Amino acid sequence: MRIALFITCLTDTLFPDTGKAITSLLERLGHEVAFPAGQACCGQMHFNSGYRRETVPMVRGFARAFGGFDAIVTPSASCAAMVREYHPAVAAQAGDAGLAREVGEIAPRVHEVSGLLVNVLGVVDVGAYFPYRVAYHPSCHSLRMLRVGDAPLRLLRAVRGLDLVDLPGAEECCGFGGTFAIKNAGTSAAMCADKVAAVRGSGAQVLCSCDNSCLMHIGGTLTRQRADVTVRHLAEILASAS
Amino acid sequence: MSMPTYLGLPAFPEAAATALGNAQLRRNLAHATTTIRVKRAAAVAELADWQQLRAAGKAIKDHTLAHLDTYLARLEERVTDAGGHVHWARDAAEANGIVAALVHAAGADSVVKVKSMTTQETGLNEALAAEHITALETDLAELIVQLGHDQPSHILVPAIHRNRTEIRDIFLAEMADVPSGLTDAPAELAAAARTHLRRAFLSAKVGVSGANFAIADTGTLVVVESEGNGRMCLTLPETLISVVGIEKVLPSWRDLEVFLALLPRSSTAERMNPYTSTWTGVRPGDGPRDFHLVLLDNGRTDALADTIGRQALRCIRCSACLNVCPVYERVGGHAYGSPYPGPIGAIITPQLRGVTSPLDASLPYASTLCGACYEVCPVAINIPEALVHLRAEVVDAQRSSPHAERIVMGLAAWVLRSGRRLGLVQRAASASRVLLGRSGRIRRLPPPLNAWTKTRDAPAPPPESFRAWWARTHGGAQ
Repeated sequence: MRIALFITCLTDTLFPDTGKAITSLLERLGHEVAFPAGQACCGQMHFNSGYRRETVPMVRGFARAFGGFDAIVTPSASCAAMVREYHPAVAAQAGDAGLAREVGEIAPRVHEVSGLLVNVLGVVDVGAYFPYRVAYHPSCHSLRMLRVGDAPLRLLRAVRGLDLVDLPGAEECCGFGGTFAIKNAGTSAAMCADKVAAVRGSGAQVLCSCDNSCLMHIGGTLTRQRADVTVRHLAEILASAS
Repeated sequence: MSMPTYLGLPAFPEAAATALGNAQLRRNLAHATTTIRVKRAAAVAELADWQQLRAAGKAIKDHTLAHLDTYLARLEERVTDAGGHVHWARDAAEANGIVAALVHAAGADSVVKVKSMTTQETGLNEALAAEHITALETDLAELIVQLGHDQPSHILVPAIHRNRTEIRDIFLAEMADVPSGLTDAPAELAAAARTHLRRAFLSAKVGVSGANFAIADTGTLVVVESEGNGRMCLTLPETLISVVGIEKVLPSWRDLEVFLALLPRSSTAERMNPYTSTWTGVRPGDGPRDFHLVLLDNGRTDALADTIGRQALRCIRCSACLNVCPVYERVGGHAYGSPYPGPIGAIITPQLRGVTSPLDASLPYASTLCGACYEVCPVAINIPEALVHLRAEVVDAQRSSPHAERIVMGLAAWVLRSGRRLGLVQRAASASRVLLGRSGRIRRLPPPLNAWTKTRDAPAPPPESFRAWWARTHGGAQ
């Protein structure tokens, strides 16, 4: 299958290894990866911060870049949720019927990595090898908006050498919340302190998630505390092979 | 007795900072919310058809709100037929004025109160005090809050921020008939409150309540409670005045059945609450001789006109969303500056009061949009959706004046809608990495990003972005 990669502005700019991992993983599974160069941002930060008007051109740009692909994969559950849940609403509010039609066709084809692998491609064992103790943080948007369910856990359990450890309070938000982390920094930090304490207490060497934004938040707190835990996007673990 | 008002309170982040610094408060809140969260989940799991009940609750409320004019007129007619009197209040001042006039007409200078969110919203106690009428809160937690010259911090458990030692100290300092040598044993505290309240129940001429539901078909009011104090207030005084938001109406008793299943499990994690009182007008020789229903708008009609915001009017004040909210758990209820705290407060308060004050404009941002509230809401209010919608109202209301954040967001939007411009910014960021840190981590950033680096490292830009890597390895654009 020819699959378009929506890298997201955050992962593109700060975490290119995740994009490389998705590319090599999908190619290893026999698929062709396309990278539409016109792509930029889905508009989630602006939309969620109340900048509705500013979001419209980003939605338009997204539709221009990704129209015509059968499947679109993205390393961010929250960006996938933005496209699937809110792009149609943004287009409708902008009163642009053509755009609404376009995003209506594109939105259901956008998948987060675990959803694409398990639900679209029907793979659980991707042939990965990752000999570490791993805890999984289900990001809020993967859990409660995209409802990926246990797809990430099923993928992780099939990774050879990987020891999946329990993370207490896993379903609690890490406190990132986009601009919340700045606007309500104290509350955000208090939430992350509890999340990091749970991660450190779990005995994991690696914390894994379907969103680099959560991992940037938790990981930034982990390194500040000089904790002996690193963070890895799910795709990077799945791309690892012996 | 005066209570502090909500006027001039600081915006949410500043108020939250005070709460976050109080370790005891955070321990109390974490313990209380975690306990009730687990219990609620168990109570809900007992019902196989919970999701259908939830959908029914949502559908009944939506239908009623869409035909509010019909059902309110019917309610007025049936209450009047049953011997009650119906009053319409456009806002808080009108509602308080109606109540004060009725108390004066009854020849009373004090009232006993059932726990009521609506009269907190209108500031009734303060308004009555200005008219030389004393209002006595009879719910134990509300009494603790009132005696402590405090504000409630939770919809269901107003004194959740107090521990029992603090409660004993408040009773000793403020309760006129407090037993000497009172300890902080819960049974002793409850007994002291019981004795204190019993005298008031038996001598009160006027009772004031809210209502959880009002049934249009029969003109029946419903109060759901745990302690029984409510039933005392509803039955002993000669005059009963109920102040009820217009969104509380339900068409029929059949509809009530759904909510009596949804509410106790969501709020106290009980299959059924201990006391459910219903009354229809007046009945000779039984209960109050004079019944007044004050129907309150106070911004509800405006909320109803908002296609996304109106879902907040489905709220049945169960407080399940508070108990699962990670933000509420860390900061408690006072930071929300309203009788309605937590996620539901963050969407109700800005709709009832507008978004002009710094506090009210900050409330829609008091959330990470994690969605835990939406998941537990028994009437399926999509709180994250409403929060985002209200954030847009806040931003749009500020568009006429210059605003640093809007300039930054405007610039970011210009970059982020073009792959080419984003690529240029990434190249500049990669070039600057020598300045930012070779470790891959940035420990300090200038304002406003120092809010991030105070407790968290930030990632340094990599030598090349993904798009640059792709162009180099996969031969450029497609």
